[in-house]
Amino acid sequence: MTTTKSITSSRSGADSSAEPGGRARRRRAHSRTSVGPLTYVAMTAISLIFVLPLLWMLLTTFKTESDARSIPIRVMPSEWTLRAYTVIFDDPANPVYTWLFNSLVVAVLHMLLNLVVAAMAAYALSRMRFAGRNLLFGVLIATLFVPGFIFFMPNYLTMSTLGWLDSYWALVVPGAAGAFGVFFLRQFFLSIPRELEESALIDGANSWTIFTRIVLPLSKPALVTLAVLSFLGSWNDFVWPVFVLFSPDKMTLAPGLATLQGAYTTDYPVVMAGATVAAVPVLILYVVVQRYVIEGVANSGLKG
Amino acid sequence: MSRTALRHHHPVTPYLFVAPYVVLLVTFLVGPAVFGIWMSLHNWDFMLPGKPWVGLQNYRDLLDSGSVIFHPFWNGMKNTFVFVLISVPFLVVIPLLLSLLLNQKFAGRTFFRAVVFTPFVLGVAVVGLLFGYLFDPAVGLINGILNGVGLPKVDWLTTQPQAWITIVIMTIWWTIGFNAVIFLAGLQGLPGELYEAAELDGAGRWARFRFVTVPGLRNVFLFVVTTTILASANLFGQPYILTKGGPGDSTTTAIMAMTNEGLRGFRMGTAAAMSYMLALALAIISIANFLIMRERKPS
Repeated sequence: MTTTKSITSSRSGADSSAEPGGRARRRRAHSRTSVGPLTYVAMTAISLIFVLPLLWMLLTTFKTESDARSIPIRVMPSEWTLRAYTVIFDDPANPVYTWLFNSLVVAVLHMLLNLVVAAMAAYALSRMRFAGRNLLFGVLIATLFVPGFIFFMPNYLTMSTLGWLDSYWALVVPGAAGAFGVFFLRQFFLSIPRELEESALIDGANSWTIFTRIVLPLSKPALVTLAVLSFLGSWNDFVWPVFVLFSPDKMTLAPGLATLQGAYTTDYPVVMAGATVAAVPVLILYVVVQRYVIEGVANSGLKG
Repeated sequence: MSRTALRHHHPVTPYLFVAPYVVLLVTFLVGPAVFGIWMSLHNWDFMLPGKPWVGLQNYRDLLDSGSVIFHPFWNGMKNTFVFVLISVPFLVVIPLLLSLLLNQKFAGRTFFRAVVFTPFVLGVAVVGLLFGYLFDPAVGLINGILNGVGLPKVDWLTTQPQAWITIVIMTIWWTIGFNAVIFLAGLQGLPGELYEAAELDGAGRWARFRFVTVPGLRNVFLFVVTTTILASANLFGQPYILTKGGPGDSTTTAIMAMTNEGLRGFRMGTAAAMSYMLALALAIISIANFLIMRERKPS
């Protein structure tokens, strides 16, 4: 764990305080060898494989339907048009922009709930001793070994009982029970020196004050990472929303896109416009917080 | 001293801190994991008021070739197994090679790492729609290119094995950055001293890879293989969007069979039984995988 953490954090100086020290950095320098132009050629070619399909998707959204179906392939549009974006704006059966709004609300609420409950639980697990602590910890680890599809049937019943089917809550709440966030934050809290909290304790601060005024501000990198992963996870979740959402105006983008594809089949500018509306927000988010995303994944060795 | 000082909170405080999470944990994970077993022992038809106890009948049906559910279930299990078998080698080896490339020292490597990871931040729905267009047999870019260089068109989505090939290609493109980043983290954690020592002993590039990198990456490798098998066994979105489980039911996966039975047909007792059978199969594969990889420990 410490090694992966030092690699990812070395990219920016932001959490270099958590680094084991310069030793690790010097070691890494040796493990790399300098490269010739061939590596750049290879890396550029590989990058194009990942970038070109996305550009193709974007370009298609500005084409007419016949341009998008042209054989031989027509790369640039013969006429640039925003028709695809107006079609998805006007179709009451496939209200893509409503889905965009729903996805944003759901992802933000899910992220907030996940952060709050996971941070509180992680703080108690990393700093306090109480009866049942080991039991809770054992249950948390056990849940990591149970595949997610086990919960589909019983949780569907629970959603039905609570009246949460076809609502935001079905997407916001159940996912926040996952143990990943608790482990992730607990690991980080354990790396914070206790002295700060102890001096606050001597000054008469209570646990809640220490948690909110000292521990959380010191944990900003970990909280941002978890927030981003949680947001992305919610935004991209597919199987569960496909089955718990039914009404066109209640859907989020992921399940909505599947119905859009069903309705417009080979009207590819419209289908690609839907995909673009779903892709652009997360791509922007990714550009801004790329470091946190990759750091979170590199650290996910504990995800089991 | 520090331990006792920290115990100066009210005895109830820790329970207040964990309470919100524990409520969620019990309601949506622990409770359901147990309740699902209870469901699987009943004829749990969502639409019917009575849910009669049937004991192990749902499980017996899954194993009885004369039952209605036998074919969908085992077809889904078989297809899932096929996908795991053909996708996992690519999903492990290609990211490993990519991470070796990215582990070299060159300007812009973090940029390339970010580019390679990009598709993974997109959802399966976006990538599925995109690949549905790229691999459209009539007007897609891939067949357009094949056509342009004088090759015949390929029926990517409605014949086999092309449909599996398309699903595997899409999965590779979509998820490759994830495993690459994990391998890269593993590579960068390897101590440079070992490489220096090997070099002093006259080890060439290949020998250093074989005797330093490979053993050093063993745990990361085990982790990647295990999580990739589990991820591939959860295959759902790619065929749901690209092939609708077809042609025929040749890409209908275990999860699709389960959700068809339980969340479309609302025979949730059978579906719950299917989920436990699939989980059991995955547990056996994971344990076997773990034991096999451990036995190859270098002496």
